Amino acid sequence: MAETLDIQEHKVEEHLQLPTPDNGEGGEKTVMDMSYGKTMMWYFLLSDAFTFSAFLIAYAAIRLGQPWWPNPNVVFKSFPFMHEANAPLGFVSVMTFVLILSSVAVVRAVQEGHRMNQKGVAIWMLGGIVGGLFFLGCQAWEWNNLIHEGLRPFYNPFGPDANGLTHLVHEHSIVSPGPIAFGALFFGITGFHGFHVFTGVCINVWAFFATINGTFQKRGHYEMIEKVGLYWHFVDLVWVFVFLAFYLM
Amino acid sequence: MQTSAVVESNVGEHTHGHGNGGGHHHTETFISKYIFSTDHKTIGKQFLTLGMLWAIIGGGMSVLFRIQLGWPDETFPILERVFSSWFTDGKLNPEAYYSLVTMHGTIMVFFVLTASLSGTFANVLIPLQIGARDMASPLMNALSFWIFALASVVMFSSLFLPTGAPSAGWTIYPPLSALPQTSPGSGDGMTVWLIAMVLFVVSTLLGGLNYVSTILNLRTKGMSMFKLPLTVWALFFTAIIGILSFPVLVACVVLLIFDRGLGTSFYLSNIVIGGKALPFAGGSPILFQHLFWFLGHPEVYIVILPAMGMVSEILAIHSRKPIFGYKAMIFSLLGITVLSFIVWAHHMFLSGMNPFLGSMFTLFTLLIAIPSSIKVFNWLTTLWRGNIRMTSPSIFAIGFVSLFISGGLTGIWLGNSTVDIQLHDTYFVVAHFHIVMGVAAFFGMFAGVYHWFPRMFGRMMNETLGYIHFTITFIGAYLIFWPMHFLGMAGVPRRYYSFNEIEAFSQYADLNKLISVAVIVTFLAQFIFLINFVWSMFKGKKATQNPWNATTLEWTSPIEGVHGNWEGDLPEVHRWAYDYSRYADKEEDFIMQTTPISEEEKKNYNQH
Repeated sequence: MAETLDIQEHKVEEHLQLPTPDNGEGGEKTVMDMSYGKTMMWYFLLSDAFTFSAFLIAYAAIRLGQPWWPNPNVVFKSFPFMHEANAPLGFVSVMTFVLILSSVAVVRAVQEGHRMNQKGVAIWMLGGIVGGLFFLGCQAWEWNNLIHEGLRPFYNPFGPDANGLTHLVHEHSIVSPGPIAFGALFFGITGFHGFHVFTGVCINVWAFFATINGTFQKRGHYEMIEKVGLYWHFVDLVWVFVFLAFYLM
Repeated sequence: MQTSAVVESNVGEHTHGHGNGGGHHHTETFISKYIFSTDHKTIGKQFLTLGMLWAIIGGGMSVLFRIQLGWPDETFPILERVFSSWFTDGKLNPEAYYSLVTMHGTIMVFFVLTASLSGTFANVLIPLQIGARDMASPLMNALSFWIFALASVVMFSSLFLPTGAPSAGWTIYPPLSALPQTSPGSGDGMTVWLIAMVLFVVSTLLGGLNYVSTILNLRTKGMSMFKLPLTVWALFFTAIIGILSFPVLVACVVLLIFDRGLGTSFYLSNIVIGGKALPFAGGSPILFQHLFWFLGHPEVYIVILPAMGMVSEILAIHSRKPIFGYKAMIFSLLGITVLSFIVWAHHMFLSGMNPFLGSMFTLFTLLIAIPSSIKVFNWLTTLWRGNIRMTSPSIFAIGFVSLFISGGLTGIWLGNSTVDIQLHDTYFVVAHFHIVMGVAAFFGMFAGVYHWFPRMFGRMMNETLGYIHFTITFIGAYLIFWPMHFLGMAGVPRRYYSFNEIEAFSQYADLNKLISVAVIVTFLAQFIFLINFVWSMFKGKKATQNPWNATTLEWTSPIEGVHGNWEGDLPEVHRWAYDYSRYADKEEDFIMQTTPISEEEKKNYNQH
């Protein structure tokens, strides 16, 4: 068993043909033998993680400042093609599952890349793209549905079952059934994540065509698929936190 | 052209199709060589040029509002003729005053001391000092500059809007910045400011990712991390701080854009303007301050770390001594980098934040004094009994140390949440941060420009003009900012348009006049530097290959500057960067990093 693994690893090494050290002229070994492109991608993801953290911390700060918060089981209970259905978190579970599957597909693409199997990379990348597009479609439907139900960045129809809460501003009053920050945070944060999914799909489409054209095959390694994959997994991972914040808590 | 052909053939065979070699240029036109260049040396010069332009504009703005503060009763019809939209009856409009203060802060902090300081020296020095042919991604590097240039154009355009430039201060606190009803500058001006800053962050990110991956991945043979010159270490940590803190500004700004454009309530709640209640509820302006200062505080280290790195390098070279405590310098930079992320709320002691939280932030803030003093003592001990050469770079570097001490000590006052009750939002704060991160960073920048000018342009700057520039600037800077400490302790608030009608503060009219005179003189003295810069570029004394007898790699690359930086093979590094005055009996008092360690050294010395 151990022996076969060794052989496989050896093959991988041979196929990758990455210039080590990275300057291609006998320079210093790089940190963890990463190429500069991967280093850049990791630092970029770290940076992006800080953006999302800032959004989610803003979410927590505003939500904890409210006397109460809409119940996700009530807000997210609709399911497409099933009118009047009461399926709390049903639809979002499907979305999440598909996004995770698309990540698995990209993992397979990376693996096929290590094996220098051009066709395999193309097929699995296509799988990742389809999953991403499906997720975006679901998000569009969910947004559309919530907007139909009256949710806006500045208005929240999801009040408690009793009459609408009244926010008193000096002598004037503004009536909004629920805390109005809910809509703003929901559209703002899932929108920002959706934008990342969209760019991820665009990048994956590019990587797909570059694979079919044999760009990476000619280059001798599929490192680009790994870098693209890193971004895709990151987008997936962020969704887990967004999902946690909006749907589970 | 012959030399570049050699480089081309040499580099060509080493590149692996991912663009880190320098040799892929064919016929160069003026545009590809000087404008849309991907050569890191040219991009560095572009950052420097645009930065100097911004510094003149930003500095000029401070002259205008200091004229208002120094002579609040006088009229200046001449100024009105030039800046007709900002003046009425020869006096600066209050709205224009606030716009000028806002734009002065924004320009100086972001466009000059962040983009141009890091941009210039990271570009010029990183590849040359680590022995690389160019940045990891020269294209991204060029994009970083051009997006910065675009952000500059957008930001500059806000000055010409009919509603005026943004006027909510460079910290753009809502609700002032969020509601156009609050001031004319919070209308279109603020929109333009926000767009420019998002572009600016994109540029910083592109640059920062490049700097980090270049330093980690493209070091030449023998250049281990602990053989890097301190400039490179400082620029490395600067880039990391930028990569981690600027995205939070993006988040902060995006939410503000939503509040302004979509009617959301992230930062707004319970607001009544002119008896009319606005439909905002549930937001928190303190949330904005937390998000803003999570960038804003690391930002001051982004400004000062490159200056620290350059000063360390320059002091060692010009006092002909090894830097004192090389590793202590690196670990104190690391300490500052880590601490910079957990002190932000000391800007908010009086914001209504929980005082118990304030005490934690006081503790962390005061901890920064430790790495900072390690650095100061190491600079002083590097100078101690050195064979100091009083050149323009070295006097500016020594001036930096002086300013950093003066400004750093007042930081200990302000970091105490109790002392801050008296000093918050007074001229004491203005004095503190201008000395420690404004003027000090400028001194580091000047030291760097004087020192690496021969590396950039192949000629030396004029020393006499350098001395005059230093003397006026150094005395001027202290004359401007030292008296402000006393104003601040007396409680004079910052950002006020005029103190005429406030009995308690009108007694400082003469002091304000003195400060304003010093501002004008110091500002004019900067033109000595500019004249020196431009004149030396064309007529300066030709530089020798290694004019300062320094040990680092940038002086082994042909001084006239070739594409790919080295003809033939890349240099190999054998020792650290600070072998100065190692042997009393040798003729040369420095040993290049490329010199192999001799048998005698191996026998007698414990190598670094």
